Amino acid sequence: MGSRASTLLREEEIEEIKKETGFSHSQITRLYSRFTSLDKGENGTLSREDFQRIPELAINPLGDRIINAFFPEGLDREDQVNFRGFMRTLAHFRPIEDNEKNKDPTASEPLNSRTNKLLFAFRLYDLDRDDKISRDELLQVLRMMVGVNISDEQLGSIADRTIQEADQNGDNSISFNEFIKVLEKVDVEQKMSIRFLH
Amino acid sequence: MDGRCTHAVLLLLCLGSCLSLTPPAQPFVRQEKASGLGSNSSKGGLSLDVPMALRVFSVDYYHVQAPFEIVLWIMLASLAKLGFHWSGRLPAVVPESCLLIMVGLLVGGVIYGVRHSAPPTLSADAFFLFLLPPIVLDAGYFLPGKLFFENLGTILWYAVLGTLWNVLGIGVCLYGVCLLASGSLGDVSLLHCLLFSSLIAAVDPVAVLSVFQEIHVNEQLHILVFGESLLNDAVTVVLYKLFESFLRLPVVTGVDVLLGGCRVLGVGLGGLGVGLFFGLVAALTSRFTSRAQVIAPLFVFLYSYLSYLTSEMLHLSGIMAIVTCAVTMKQYVEANLSERSNTSIQYFLKMWSSVSETLIFIFLGVSTIQDVHMWSWAFVCSTLLLCLLWRATGVILLTAVVNKVRRNVVTFRDQFIIAYGGLRGAICFSLVFLIDDFPKKRLFITTTIVVILFTVFVQGMTIKPLVELLEVKRRKRNLPTVSEEIHSRLLDHLLAGIEDVVGYWGQHYWKDKFEQFNQRYLCRFLIREERQARSSIVRVYQELERRDERADEEHITQLDSNLLSSLLSSMLFNSPCLFSHFLF
Repeated sequence: MGSRASTLLREEEIEEIKKETGFSHSQITRLYSRFTSLDKGENGTLSREDFQRIPELAINPLGDRIINAFFPEGLDREDQVNFRGFMRTLAHFRPIEDNEKNKDPTASEPLNSRTNKLLFAFRLYDLDRDDKISRDELLQVLRMMVGVNISDEQLGSIADRTIQEADQNGDNSISFNEFIKVLEKVDVEQKMSIRFLH
Repeated sequence: MDGRCTHAVLLLLCLGSCLSLTPPAQPFVRQEKASGLGSNSSKGGLSLDVPMALRVFSVDYYHVQAPFEIVLWIMLASLAKLGFHWSGRLPAVVPESCLLIMVGLLVGGVIYGVRHSAPPTLSADAFFLFLLPPIVLDAGYFLPGKLFFENLGTILWYAVLGTLWNVLGIGVCLYGVCLLASGSLGDVSLLHCLLFSSLIAAVDPVAVLSVFQEIHVNEQLHILVFGESLLNDAVTVVLYKLFESFLRLPVVTGVDVLLGGCRVLGVGLGGLGVGLFFGLVAALTSRFTSRAQVIAPLFVFLYSYLSYLTSEMLHLSGIMAIVTCAVTMKQYVEANLSERSNTSIQYFLKMWSSVSETLIFIFLGVSTIQDVHMWSWAFVCSTLLLCLLWRATGVILLTAVVNKVRRNVVTFRDQFIIAYGGLRGAICFSLVFLIDDFPKKRLFITTTIVVILFTVFVQGMTIKPLVELLEVKRRKRNLPTVSEEIHSRLLDHLLAGIEDVVGYWGQHYWKDKFEQFNQRYLCRFLIREERQARSSIVRVYQELERRDERADEEHITQLDSNLLSSLLSSMLFNSPCLFSHFLF
């Protein structure tokens, strides 16, 4: 399994992915073998059906939104994501390491910075990408997470309270900055990190 | 402020003298007249010449002696606690445990002075069967479940390996000291040293709780120290019993040692099993209490105590059983019982554990006043030093290994507090009294008392300034918000999903799997029909709404709001039973 995967993935590609995402060589090859095992059609890309085939993901209440996050803009049914895109999305979940903080300050922010992690979570709510979580978008996510036993009115009041707690400029929606402020006491760097085995 | 202090001290002295004047249990001895110290109990001695029929007023103390004395002691403990909180700036500087021990010393001294014999000591049975369970139950019921399970690996690592390291290290080094000072300590064998170190090495949950409650370090540090103190009971119990039985055997073989190792596992898992069983039965029982809500809280206490007693009977770890029982039944019981029942459970637990803790510390103080103390500078000082040394090295080594695997590394400051916060308490004290008699037993008792007093006083008093000096991360004392809860749940789901994509069976994967199992089988079986499926988001929202209503209606005192916020935050940290409803 190992040798087949690495012959299909060229060294230059690995280097590029390494530079873009910060993963190590072994992590990239390991994730590539996972990618190929998911890729039932063996055409080097993943479709939404490939993701939906993952059993636990299918019953995750936010499963659809998570799958969406892997695909670039545009909700076209025929979307496919290649390995680069796959790694780019997963890079958000790399733990932040201290020795990275002092690297080249002029380089663009790494994908796994706190702001980018928060942006990823923000986009799970904000489907229409207008940089605001409206009351409806919040209600949709709440309904998915809370289940069916709660009445609409009660859900509505929960949503109202949530917006009230976060909203500072009174536009009855949560902007990205307000979102960051609400989560400032939550240890997002730790919570949104997966230990990718070396 | 000074006036209040004097009042408190006077009251305590009165009470103490009452206790000292209660006669020893010899029913047919005439009582002596009270002598001076402001006694206000009317115990006149009556002459036996007056025939029974003509007595208008009589005192029959022996009839009520046992409960009367118990109540007096509890009264003393509670008044001491009251007096402590009224005494101005003292609570900020001196931890409660120290003050209670000092009160105990005072009362013990008074009793000794009046009776010229040793005051009543804390019997091991009374301690293990009556005083310890409420504290551990309270700790288990309010354990932040989510945080505990996230750090479970590290906690077990410290508890099992750390305790083993300490016990073996201290035991062997103490034997070395005994060999060196063979003049005075020659008859202390290696097994005796190991037995002693097995009881002195263990960190005590009561002492840790009472000190750490006041210093408010960050939750992760708190759960590490506290979890370790709870779980090392299994190791301590086994090692203690093991060395005790080795002492009775003529020869110790390698097989015996191996069997001892298996026993650790057996004791721990056995305690866990007993706790699980009783927890589930309690949850099931609580499902049917809707028609007799008044006695519903009683089941919680009965089943937990039963689990403790059962595992003590089977020589398993009682502490682990009762903690497991509490953790298991909590979410189901809370869903099944009415709000009032839940509140009464919480208040009763807090009250009982508080009284227990106070009594333990007072008795520790009283029991220090003994008739015979055997002192040996070499033994006592080396024990103290070795305890500190081995704990420090143990923590550093273990943390170095465990940090490679953890998400949240344990910083050096946290490590220092973990090492420094390893307080010894009443468990060692009781265990040392249970040792079979041998020439140097008095020495062990004295050394244990010294170590306990040292850790509680010196370490207990200085840990708060040290925490501030080292700028250890403190607990964030903010109230939960619905937003935080929603976003945290979102992140949980997100991470579980990403772990599925990557194919990595990490924490989130297992947590998710457990939640599904819980949803599908346990909750349906153990929770009443109408109470099913309340997501944690809804729970937080309802709690906050309720709190707002109460705040509008009445003026909440500082203590109430602290209690509420601590209850709220502990509720939040528990693994939510039903945070998502999977439709099946």
